[in-house]
Amino acid sequence: MSLAARARWPALALLAALALAAAPLLLGPFAVTTLTRILVFALLALSLDLLVGITGLPSLGHGAYFGVGAYAAGWVAIHATPSGPVTLAVAIAAGGLVAAAAGSVAVRARGVFFLMLTLAIGEIVEQLAESWHSVTGGSNGLYGIPAARLGGAALIDDALYWYVLAVFIAGFAVVACVAASPFGHTLRGIRDNEPRMRALGYRVYHFKLAAFVGSGALAGLAGGLFAAQQRLVTPADLGLATSIPALLAVTIGGEGSLWGPCLGAAAVVLIRDYLGSSLGGHGSLVLGLLFVVVVFALPGGLARVGLARRRGPA
Amino acid sequence: MPAWLDTHLVSLLNGLAIGFLLFILAVGLSLVFGMMDVLNLAHGVLFLTGGYMCWSIAGERPTWPGFLAALAVAGGVGALAGGGLSLATERLARRSHLDQALLTLGVALIAADALSAAFGDDVHSVNPPPGLDGSVLLFGKAYPVYRLSLIAIGAVLAAAVHLVVERTSLGAVVRATVADRQMVSAVGVDDRKVKAIVFGLGSLLASTAGVLGAPIYGARPGLDASVLILALVVVVIGGLGSVRGALVGALVIGQIETLGRALLSNLASFVLFGALALVLVVRPHGLFGDSTGTRS
Amino acid sequence: MTAVLSCAGLHRNFGAVRAVDGVDLALPAGARHALIGPNGAGKSTLFRLLAGGLSPSAGQIWLDGGDVTRTSEARRARLGIGQTFQHSSLFLSMTAGENVGLAAQRLLRRPWSPLPVARRELSERVDALLVDVGLGGRGSAPVAALSHGERRQLEIAVALATRPRVLLLDEPAAGLSPAETERLTHMVQRLPGDVTLLFVEHDLDLVFRLATRVTVMHLGRVLMTGSPEEVRVSPAVQEAYLGTGRRQDLFISSPAAG
Repeated sequence: MSLAARARWPALALLAALALAAAPLLLGPFAVTTLTRILVFALLALSLDLLVGITGLPSLGHGAYFGVGAYAAGWVAIHATPSGPVTLAVAIAAGGLVAAAAGSVAVRARGVFFLMLTLAIGEIVEQLAESWHSVTGGSNGLYGIPAARLGGAALIDDALYWYVLAVFIAGFAVVACVAASPFGHTLRGIRDNEPRMRALGYRVYHFKLAAFVGSGALAGLAGGLFAAQQRLVTPADLGLATSIPALLAVTIGGEGSLWGPCLGAAAVVLIRDYLGSSLGGHGSLVLGLLFVVVVFALPGGLARVGLARRRGPA
Repeated sequence: MPAWLDTHLVSLLNGLAIGFLLFILAVGLSLVFGMMDVLNLAHGVLFLTGGYMCWSIAGERPTWPGFLAALAVAGGVGALAGGGLSLATERLARRSHLDQALLTLGVALIAADALSAAFGDDVHSVNPPPGLDGSVLLFGKAYPVYRLSLIAIGAVLAAAVHLVVERTSLGAVVRATVADRQMVSAVGVDDRKVKAIVFGLGSLLASTAGVLGAPIYGARPGLDASVLILALVVVVIGGLGSVRGALVGALVIGQIETLGRALLSNLASFVLFGALALVLVVRPHGLFGDSTGTRS
Repeated sequence: MTAVLSCAGLHRNFGAVRAVDGVDLALPAGARHALIGPNGAGKSTLFRLLAGGLSPSAGQIWLDGGDVTRTSEARRARLGIGQTFQHSSLFLSMTAGENVGLAAQRLLRRPWSPLPVARRELSERVDALLVDVGLGGRGSAPVAALSHGERRQLEIAVALATRPRVLLLDEPAAGLSPAETERLTHMVQRLPGDVTLLFVEHDLDLVFRLATRVTVMHLGRVLMTGSPEEVRVSPAVQEAYLGTGRRQDLFISSPAAG
């Protein structure tokens, strides 16, 4: 591959990062808030892509680890310290630990059975959040979360945006590294042909569990950012109301491509919240249609479409 | 009568009623999964459609003609939807079962939103049809007649399904396909037609369950998801493709949902999903499922 | 002779079908052992039992003297068993080089590394293996772009990448052109002397060129084990093939043209 071709992806990534960093200087506060929400959701979609797209484990319950991270970060912010880095560290740990517990059971199953199991686990976690009033505030949720603080300053508005952007970029870089590493190669081998991997001597269970935990920890991180932005966490943030849009984002964007799901996340947020409101709150309908179209006619999602067009006149 | 039974008789009977209702709902899901490995995530929305049909056709205080009309319309809509889903998933048959499941998920999302657009976001409740809307004295306690009749209707439908699956040639093909799909197509049976019929009938039962369940559950957004998850638990625990398993599973889950909730309140959910997780890990084909089947 | 891989009284039933019905086999180090028999004889099932992908209904399997009957397939692979499959089993989203690399990296203790750093040792080994199977320079070709014959060759490269001490090849020449079959023959002949080879083949010329011992299976049982010549003239073997209409295979003594 020529130097120009090899430099293409990092150059695009750098351009995108710079454009995103400049956003608050060019856009109004409403757009910046929306972009912040998109970045948080994109990080969640990215974490799910590691599990679904790279490892081939389709999860319909990933919101659980996102929500656990959000609750953990929020709880720490209220009761201990609103320090940004501390709350995020707690969120990562919480997401990772719950994922370890859930994953140790879940990754023993495959395909549609794995899907059902993650669905069930997501429901358990949501029920737990609903009933554990003392910690989670029950169905009212955890409210009154103070703004995250970094070096004494409260992170709100533009500052919050740059904080979220920085964490997102770091998260993306980590996932991109892992995907390109031998570990990522192993995961893709498991996705493509798990029986062959066993026949080659790989301890497949351990790799799948590691992917599950890593992906859960990253989802928890996204949850921590969510808590810092919304300042309110409810049980719905753990359940299907989060898990389904996340899976939609990954599928529509193109599973396995990493950047595809991020675009998919933007599409989901924009369609559901903005196109939806102009359609009388029925963004889900459009999302469902888009999803059906992608599953039926565009396997590989928007990412595949984008790449195919570029490769066109070869 | 023992005091324990006295206190909990109502819950026990509720459990039976809910159990039979769940059976009618879940048996279609089980057979479709067992026959084609297709997880129909739109199954819950079919139930909800039935509920909305009942409310919109029969109204909040249904008369018998209205109720029966609702049953007929819901049944028809269900059958059509099932046929359509069968066609759609058949197109993806060469891709993975996961893609087929995701397709049904997309359809479920569209349908749920369309229902919410058509009927609004409020909870709609429906009374039982006249004659079934009172209560009887059972061992000194007042018990709703409708739920008793649900037990009766459910038992009759269960017997009917059992007869069809065990005694008709259609049922024979279904049982054979669940056991060994490749053998059936090798023998030359056109399994696409059979699949469409099973899908249609299963969906018809689901929407019928929605109508029958309307006087208990009403119709509201989100009911589709709750009911789908219950049906999934029933199917997994009872066994994929097994009618007997669906019945046993449904009756058990029915009890956990009613008696269990009365005794354990929210912990009942953990029992439910814990059981699901346990079965999926230890015996993925369910208690009555066929573990020597040709699926992986 | 101490056997590297052996089994005794191996049975495997599928419902009422006795796919493997009491098989004893012993392979010494460096064996060049062929497994032949009509379709449905149980050869592939036996392979899966030996490799660990299927568990026996009865019987035992030993690897280097240790009982591996209940050992998982992955563990047996780590103990040194490598295999190819009757139907191509590759990683379809990857290139040929990545396929081989995936197998080779396990030996270099790399699979857990989360750092996207390429190691020269690995890419050199991958290139060498690709050249060995005749796919030199095709490392960056996606599997989807390879012909059937090339994919079978890639299969073997993948199996060899883990440096197995016991190699189980299930119909390695199936679908190969004469030239490719020649290359396969040379490659097998160049295998290190201490590698124990057991292969299933229908191409009896290949069998007679490569094998020093041949086992004939029929209806799940071993009909006979002997040198290729003994097998060729055995009346029992001819009858087994006659009965299933494969008679002509035994009497073609010249290799296919080309």
